Amino acid sequence: MDFDLNEEQEMLKTTARDFLSKECPKSMVREMLKDDRGYPPELWRKIAELGWLGLIFPEKYGGLGGSFLDLAVLLEEMGRACLPGPFFSTVILSGLFILNAGTEQQKRELLTRVANGEVILTLALTEPSAGYDAASVEVEAVSDNNDYIISGTKLFIPDAHIADYMICVTRTSRGTVPEDGITAFLVDSKSPGISCTVLKTIAGDKQYEIVFDKVRVPRENIVGELDQAWDPLEKTLQQAALAKCAEMVGGAQQVLEMSADYAKERMVFGRPLGSFPVIHHYIANMMMDVDGCRFLTYEAAWKLSEGLPCTMETAMAKAWTSDAYQRVTALGQQIFGGVGFIEDHDMPLYFKRAKAAEVTLGDGNFHREMVARQLGL
Amino acid sequence: MDFKEYSVGERDTEEEAEFRQEVRDFLDEQLTPDILEKILEERDQYYEGRPHAREFSRKLGAKGWLVPHWPKEYGGLGSSPAHRRIIVEEMSSRGAPAGGGIATSIVGPVIMLHGTEEQKREFLPKIARGEMEMSLGYSEPNAGTDLASLEMRAVPDGDDYVINGQKIYSTGAHEATHHWLAARTSADAPRHRGISLFVVDLASPGVTIRPLLTMAGERTNEVFYDDVRVPRKNRIGEENQGWGYLREALGFERMALSGMVNVRRIVDELIQYVKETEHGGKPLAEDPIVRQSLAQLAIESNIRRLFGHRTSWLMSKGIVPDVAAAIAKVWGNELDQRVANAGMQILGLYSQLEPDSRWAPLRGSVEHLYRFAVHLTYGGGSHELMRSLIATRGMDLPREPRM
Repeated sequence: MDFDLNEEQEMLKTTARDFLSKECPKSMVREMLKDDRGYPPELWRKIAELGWLGLIFPEKYGGLGGSFLDLAVLLEEMGRACLPGPFFSTVILSGLFILNAGTEQQKRELLTRVANGEVILTLALTEPSAGYDAASVEVEAVSDNNDYIISGTKLFIPDAHIADYMICVTRTSRGTVPEDGITAFLVDSKSPGISCTVLKTIAGDKQYEIVFDKVRVPRENIVGELDQAWDPLEKTLQQAALAKCAEMVGGAQQVLEMSADYAKERMVFGRPLGSFPVIHHYIANMMMDVDGCRFLTYEAAWKLSEGLPCTMETAMAKAWTSDAYQRVTALGQQIFGGVGFIEDHDMPLYFKRAKAAEVTLGDGNFHREMVARQLGL
Repeated sequence: MDFKEYSVGERDTEEEAEFRQEVRDFLDEQLTPDILEKILEERDQYYEGRPHAREFSRKLGAKGWLVPHWPKEYGGLGSSPAHRRIIVEEMSSRGAPAGGGIATSIVGPVIMLHGTEEQKREFLPKIARGEMEMSLGYSEPNAGTDLASLEMRAVPDGDDYVINGQKIYSTGAHEATHHWLAARTSADAPRHRGISLFVVDLASPGVTIRPLLTMAGERTNEVFYDDVRVPRKNRIGEENQGWGYLREALGFERMALSGMVNVRRIVDELIQYVKETEHGGKPLAEDPIVRQSLAQLAIESNIRRLFGHRTSWLMSKGIVPDVAAAIAKVWGNELDQRVANAGMQILGLYSQLEPDSRWAPLRGSVEHLYRFAVHLTYGGGSHELMRSLIATRGMDLPREPRM
C-alpha cells in the first residue's frame, strides 16, 4: 500500500492548483453563474494548451495517455476551484463514451478534436423519467432510408447550449431486456428540430431540456454499433460517477480547510471559535469524511487504472461521497454561521454543488443498491 | 499510489513459501480445531482466565513468532516484514486471535524507543517469548479520560520507588505477570510533567487485584498498591517525562483497538443470514431497508480497512501515527457500534438471545458485540477527546484553554 501520489501526479496537482487559483478565482466563478455561456472561452483555450482535455486519452488519439488516477488528481483540483465550463460534459461524459464505444475512425477524429479544444460535446442521456438505467431510455430513433429520425425529450443535459455536438442516447429497438436496442448518435447541435431550454438549478450550472422534434441524423453518425450502446454507456457512467467523486473530494477538502481557517481566526466569547471542543468535533468529523471519500475514490481509481474490476468500489465511492460531501458542507455552514449564508460568500458555491453532485450519476441510495447487488444480496 | 492487496501466498519467494509451510505445520500441530474452539470460547467468557489462549501465545513466543521482526538481541528473529505477514495471514485464515497483546503491541514498542540498553535486554526477550504479559495501569477512580490528573504516587526510596494508590479498568491484570503503570513521581510539577512509567511485577507484595464484571461478560479489575516497592531499574524512560511516552503508547493502543473487532466478518455473516431467512413469506434480503443498511455497513467497513492500511503505511515509513491512529480508532470503534445496532435491528426478536442459547443466530455474536462495543467509544481515549486531538493536531485548531 502506498498513499502518496507519484512525482508526476504531485506535479500535476501543484500545476493545477497554481493555475486554477490564478485563472479561476471565485469572483469569476460567481460571475459565470450569471453569464449565458457559463464559462470564459479564453480559460478553456488555456486548459486545452495545458493538455488537460486529452489527459486521459491515448496518445494515438491526440491525448497524453494518462491514467484514471492522474485524471482524479486533476478533477480534485477542479472541484476545489469550482471550475465552470464543459470539461465534465466534453471529456468525461462524451469523450470517455467515444473511447468506450466508438469506432477506430470516430476515436481518431473526435477525441483528437476534443483534446485540442476544438469541439465541445455533451451526452444527452437522461429523460423526464430521470433514471440512469436502460429502461429509462425512451427517446426513439426510427430508421428512414440512410437516416434516423429522433423524437422525444431529454432532460438535465449539461452544457447543451454550447455543445457543438451532442451524443444522443436513443432506443432503436426493443429486445427482451431494456439493455438491448439502445443506440447513440452523434448529433449536430444545429440540426433542424432541436430546441434547448435552460433549467434553473440549485447549483446554477448549465443544464438543459432538449426537445428533439423529428431530428434527422445520418446513419453513419451512430457512435459504435447499432443497438449495442448500453454496455459501453454503463462503463462510461461508472467512470463518470468516479470522476464526479474526485471533484467532490476536492470541494470537500476546500470546505474543510476554509472552515478550519475561519475557526482559528474568528473570536467568540473572548477566544477563538476553533478552541471550543464542539468545533474540534465538527472539524474532526469533516476530516474523517474527507479522508473516507478520498480513500474510497482513489482506491477505485487505482483499480480502474490497473485494469482491475471496480464496479463495487466505484459504487461504494459514489454512495459514500454523495452523502459525505453534504455533511461536510453542512458543518462548514454551521461553523461560518451567518456570513456563510450570504450569497457572495464561497460557502454557498460548495453547499449547492454538493447537492447537485449527489443526485448526478446516481445518489447514495442508487449506489448502495448497486453495492447490495455486488454483495450478492 | 498503490492499493494492491495480495492474496495469501501470491508474492511468496521460495524461501517465504518454505517458511509459510513451517508455520502451517506448526499450526496444524498446535492449533487443532479442538484447541481453537477452546480459545474462542474463552475470548467471550474469560472471567476465570484464558489458559488455552495464553498457552498458545507462549508456544508462538517460543518459536519467536510473536514479534519476529524485532532484532535478535532483543528476542526477535530479525525477520523480514514478509515473515511477520505470513504468520498473521496463517493465523487469521484459521480464525485464530493474534498472540501477544498489550506487551507486544504497546509496551514492547515503547521500551524499544525509550528503554535503556539494559532494560531492552532484560524485558524485550521475555515479551518476545510471551512470558511477560502486561496489563495497563492507567485509569484511576478519579482519572479516566483526563488521565493527567492521576494521583497514584511513586516516591523514591533507595534503589526503589514506593508506590501507593489505586488503578481501575486494568483488564487482564488477574492473568498478566506485569503492570504497565503510570504514576506520579513529582507532586509539585505541572500535572503533565510529574508522571513516570513503570514495569511492575504483579506478584509484588502489597499488590491486590479485585475483579469487576462488565456488562459484556468480560472481567476487568481494580488494582490496589499498598507500599509496593518497585526497583528504579523498572522505570522506563526519564523520571517525570512519562506523559510524552504515554502519548506514543496510546497511539499504539488506538491502532490495536481500531481493528479489534472483525466487523467485516459480522457484516458478511449478516448478509448470509438475510439471504437464508424469510420474513413475511419472502427473504429478508429483498427488503430495501435491509439491503441499504448492509451495503452501507460494507462501505463503512471498507473505509475502516483503508484507515487501518494508512496507519500501517505510516508506521512502515517510520512515523508513529497519532492523528491517523486516532481517526482509525474513532472510525473503527464507532463502526463496531453501528454494525451491532444494525445487526440487532435485522435480527429482530432473535437479537436478544445470548451466545449460549441454541436459538441464537450467528452464535450470538451480534448480541455480544452490542454489549461489548459500548465501551469502545471511551476506552483507549474517549471519542470526545479523540476528536479534539484529531482537530488540534490534524488541522492545527487551537486547544481549549486549560482551567
